[in-house]
Amino acid sequence: MSRRIGLLEGLTVLIAVLTVANLYMGLVYARDPVNLQTEVTRKAQHIFYYHMGMNVMAGLGLTTNFVAGILYLITRRRFWDVVARSAAEIGVIFGVAVLATGSLWARPTWNTWWTWDPRLTTATITVLLYVAYHMLRNAVEDPNRRARFAAVYGTFAYISVPITFMSIRWWRSIHPTVFGNNPDAQGGFALGPTIRTAFFFSMGTFVVVFITFLLLRVRLGLTEERLAEVREAVMVRLSRGAEVEPVREGGV
Amino acid sequence: MKFWQAVWAIFWKDVRAEFRTKDIFTGMFVFALLAVLIFNFAFELRVSNVRQVLPGVIWVAVVFAGMLGLNRSFILEVDRGNIEGLLLAPLDRSAIYFGKMLGNLVFMLAVEVVLLPILVVLFNVNVLQPAILLVVGLGTLGFAIVGTVFAAIAVNTRAREVLLPVLLLPVMVPVLVSAVKASANLLDGAPLAEQAMWLRLLVVFDIIFLAVSYMTFDYVLEE
Repeated sequence: MSRRIGLLEGLTVLIAVLTVANLYMGLVYARDPVNLQTEVTRKAQHIFYYHMGMNVMAGLGLTTNFVAGILYLITRRRFWDVVARSAAEIGVIFGVAVLATGSLWARPTWNTWWTWDPRLTTATITVLLYVAYHMLRNAVEDPNRRARFAAVYGTFAYISVPITFMSIRWWRSIHPTVFGNNPDAQGGFALGPTIRTAFFFSMGTFVVVFITFLLLRVRLGLTEERLAEVREAVMVRLSRGAEVEPVREGGV
Repeated sequence: MKFWQAVWAIFWKDVRAEFRTKDIFTGMFVFALLAVLIFNFAFELRVSNVRQVLPGVIWVAVVFAGMLGLNRSFILEVDRGNIEGLLLAPLDRSAIYFGKMLGNLVFMLAVEVVLLPILVVLFNVNVLQPAILLVVGLGTLGFAIVGTVFAAIAVNTRAREVLLPVLLLPVMVPVLVSAVKASANLLDGAPLAEQAMWLRLLVVFDIIFLAVSYMTFDYVLEE
């Protein structure tokens, strides 16, 4: 038990350091892209390192939710339900952050805060799907039924994730692709050497942040489950009219 | 009992119950009609060419009316205790799914059969073209496929009918977008062949959703 806490503390310190370093890499180290026309769009492009990084986090969160949901249906271990829920929370929060940073970037580059472009639309729907996922969880009291329903809904909801990913490749969109070519894109930029380094540094940082957040949230979720069990046991004993002994807790 | 016999029995039970009360059809149809009338008032003030907004009107009316029907279909089963009987019966769980899904599909199609001619009269636009009917049919099928699973989920939650649209609408977006786009283009007089992309999308999503529903429905009803 204490070993795992040691690992998590280490990771927490690590992501604090990495995040600060990532700010330096994206804002200072990475040069302005050469092929953008105006000063403003060149400066605004630096938000890319965080927009894309949080997008990777949201994508990892939703994929983890999908896999953990299926694993729950197969194994029926409550652990996987806790993982699925934690991952979906990360997915929603960072999905909203991706929309917000995208909107900030769109203002100088596309000259509007928002447009109903295929990529923006599919991304918004994906976030809404996982908001609905949490609403569904909140509306079911029995934990096993909640886990089953959530896993089923998560399977349907996940269909939207590859659609969002492919939307800029399937339909005409002004959203740029980082790798590959989109002739309709506006605000796309060439990857110079410093941009490439900063990009990969940012991706690595956000992957580590994701893993840390997921582990922390899963640990909290397992503790919540344990607390609910203990509370239940106490209520059962109280209802029998017995003296309640202090519950001895081993872990966490 | 063979699989399709069980499906048919469940489907026929729903249809016969509906013939006795006519609750679901009347509710859905009157709601759809009211939605269309309200749109009519809203557009009279602003919209010069109704043809442009009509596909949206059709789908909003169909989707919201369909939601009413879907909610009823499982609330009746649960509140009158019939669901326990179905679960105890020695049949495949997916037979329950297909039976209920066919019932929902037929109720929605019945509403559309009456609603579409009324739209022709009210808006003076001919929506009764074979190609448009094909699109409406495929879209309704997708709606019934997913809606039946989610109705079974929503009825077992605290929020019940409030939750169904929240769960269903975002999942239905790919189907709705392709259906609205295809019917709008067809209304503008584009030939069916040019709509291949949207039709393919509709068919693909119907198939994907049917496969996922078939695989997951057992977990929804497991009690």
